[in-house]
Amino acid sequence: MKKIYLYCAFLTALISNAQTEIDGIMMEKKNFCVGAIYQYSSFNEYWEGTLKRENLNIGTVSTKSISVMGNYGITDKLNVIFSIPYIKTNASAGTLIGQKGFQDLSLFVKYMPFDKKIKKISYSAYIVGGFSVPTSDYTPDFLPLSIGNQSKTASLRLMGDIQKGKIYTTFSGTYIRRSNITIDKDSYFTTEYHYTDEVMIPDAISYNFRIGYRTKNLIADVYYDNWITQKGGFDITRNNMPFPSNTMNVSKVGIYAKYTLKKISGLSILGGYNSVLTGRNVGQSKTINGGLFYILDFNKNEKMDEKVKKDEK
Amino acid sequence: MKNNIQKIVYLSIIAMFIITTFSCEKDIVERNEKFAQLNPSNQDVDAGTWTPLLLTSADEFSLDAPIATTAAAFLSEINEIKSFQANLNQSQRDIINYWSAGSVLRWNEIMRTLVARHNLPPYQNADGTYPIPSGANPFANPQFPFSNPPYAARAYAYVSAAQYDALVATWHYKFLYNRASPYTVDAGINVMIPKNTLPSYPSEDAVIGGATVEMLKLLFPTEIAFINGKLEEEKLYRIMCGANVRSDVEAGITLGRKIAAKFVAKAKTDGAGLAVGNQDIWTQLQTQTAATGEIPWMSLELPARPPMLPLFKNVKSFLLTPEMIINNRPLPPPSTNSAQFATELAEVKSYSKNATRENMRIVSFWSDGVATQTPPGHWNQIASEAFVTQNYSEVRWARNMALLNISLMDAAICCWDAKYTYFNPRPCQVDSSIKTLTGVPNFPSYVSGHSTFSGAASTLLSHLIPSKSFEFNAMAEEASMSRLYGAIHYRSDCDQGLILGKKIGQVAITRALNDGAE
Repeated sequence: MKKIYLYCAFLTALISNAQTEIDGIMMEKKNFCVGAIYQYSSFNEYWEGTLKRENLNIGTVSTKSISVMGNYGITDKLNVIFSIPYIKTNASAGTLIGQKGFQDLSLFVKYMPFDKKIKKISYSAYIVGGFSVPTSDYTPDFLPLSIGNQSKTASLRLMGDIQKGKIYTTFSGTYIRRSNITIDKDSYFTTEYHYTDEVMIPDAISYNFRIGYRTKNLIADVYYDNWITQKGGFDITRNNMPFPSNTMNVSKVGIYAKYTLKKISGLSILGGYNSVLTGRNVGQSKTINGGLFYILDFNKNEKMDEKVKKDEK
Repeated sequence: MKNNIQKIVYLSIIAMFIITTFSCEKDIVERNEKFAQLNPSNQDVDAGTWTPLLLTSADEFSLDAPIATTAAAFLSEINEIKSFQANLNQSQRDIINYWSAGSVLRWNEIMRTLVARHNLPPYQNADGTYPIPSGANPFANPQFPFSNPPYAARAYAYVSAAQYDALVATWHYKFLYNRASPYTVDAGINVMIPKNTLPSYPSEDAVIGGATVEMLKLLFPTEIAFINGKLEEEKLYRIMCGANVRSDVEAGITLGRKIAAKFVAKAKTDGAGLAVGNQDIWTQLQTQTAATGEIPWMSLELPARPPMLPLFKNVKSFLLTPEMIINNRPLPPPSTNSAQFATELAEVKSYSKNATRENMRIVSFWSDGVATQTPPGHWNQIASEAFVTQNYSEVRWARNMALLNISLMDAAICCWDAKYTYFNPRPCQVDSSIKTLTGVPNFPSYVSGHSTFSGAASTLLSHLIPSKSFEFNAMAEEASMSRLYGAIHYRSDCDQGLILGKKIGQVAITRALNDGAE
């Protein structure tokens, strides 16, 4: 029993892609961490297939969002997590109208089957099952201004975490199964004509690798994240608009930090920044976010601070 | 005990993932995969007497008499069918299933694919001008054509018209030569499509294929390999399924090509090549409109793009004379200085600001913009899905598609005539605070193209299938209003476009009543 921190184990990449929980940290039993993150993301260049370009008729596409998230410890080794974002999009040029609304509700079950300290190095392994469903009838077929793609998802993440002293690294791989969606058209063209309103959304695999510094009050890391669309997608055709079933690949790097206040027990602030390095049929986004979280302890018997101190040793 | 709980949690996470994964099936069965095999309720045996569109008579182009069914050469053609049938593989069966829904239908679908594939506005040059696709050099950047709505309407019309005339000739020769179908000659042939009593020489499918390929070479020159591949498939289908011998098919392709050549010659001189205009014409449109005190149309694209096909109004119609085009021209739109204009502009703005999800759905459904089959193509789709329930013969399919597409081409001509007569600005040009629910087309506002196309199509289709008239008209109304909901057209554009379209549809109905098919 070592690594129970007062951190809510949230992530940075949440809204822009995986929407899953990617920290090698668990909430303690009967603790509920709840909070909100504001995020601003924008791009003025994007990849049309593999061709990087700007589009004067769209200008800069920006996405603002506020997400509410919570993480509850059923046991020290089993957490459930939810999140729901409210998103607003805008294009700085051209005439297309920005979209807004509640996007998808995500639920995760996170389980730590393995947690051992061998020669001062802590090893832990996690398995995270995720599900997401759209919470509103937003239109998926208005890219790049749609707030989401309406696909229901099921994901399975396998994750490992190693910590020596205050330095840690976390790595994970996720398979995301994505359901078909329905659009408002009775036919559509990808690389061929489809006479249906149903669109196959290709599955995806994502990898995440992070390395950082972790103490009782501070987590800070840098990370690399890669999202790869599986077979069935296609490239944006020349000078055309994107479509929900495009092959959307993204690799990005980011930094993330979270600080838990010493004076107000249970309150933490976090912030992050990430930048897309390469992509396919996506914008070269730069994203900044910040949030506040608070832990509610339903565990009257134990004094958390003491326990954390004990774990630190 | 604890280990067991761990295992249960572990396994249940995986189990939930797997169950979710496999319970959501990804395969999609599309509507056009479920079309039944064509099984005409009426063979239209007199179709050889129907009035062609361009041919002077059904036998304007000759067709050699076929070899007798008793000849040795015929026997070896029968044997070819049997040898295919002895070794049919799955991909060959798939070809049979695909084409047996009907040749006019499938070629129409292929056309829609070509239109969508080439419906991409050229990307600008480094100096902010735009390159113009050239039929003389189709593989250059940008590829020829840019199959925008007027181009597409004309392309659908020419292909359908050529198919129709070619089938009138086909029906004439079928009954002139009266060659029995292979399965009538040899009962040992396994026929995989519904049998009929039509003479089999020349093959109607092959005629349609030959005529279509010849037209498409002109209209989509970069696609020759693709369309030749489709023709080879169709040829094989007729032989493999036992419907035709090789000489039925070869003769059909030859006849189809010859007849299409006449349409190709017409298309080369119908004025479409000049429709793009030039800088002087684009400037003149602006200055002459400004001189009347009206706000002239301006491109809202960056960099500004020349207006789409300003001289398309001069393209020669199959049914309309130039006088008819002028007589059909809608009255001028509300002056951009008038109170009515201000009222209509405010209405557009309110649709933009108060966009409901239902309006968004309607806008999206009818958007038919870049990289789609265009609004004329959408009406081809609607017509096709209605026609498959009617059990038409191939010749009636072709005739009805020709009437539809000639009417849609006329809608493009008349609508573009109005657009470039009045050169009226889009709502968001006049009020830049108006945001749109779909892309703003790069041509003047009055009258709405969607409305004109939809008015023409729904009117003609209602005549062809009266029982669906209510449905067709409701679709046309919705398509028309979708442009107001999308905040890219004023109400007058939509209303007047629909009225114009209905007049054009009536012209096609007049022909329909007199072509010998009703």
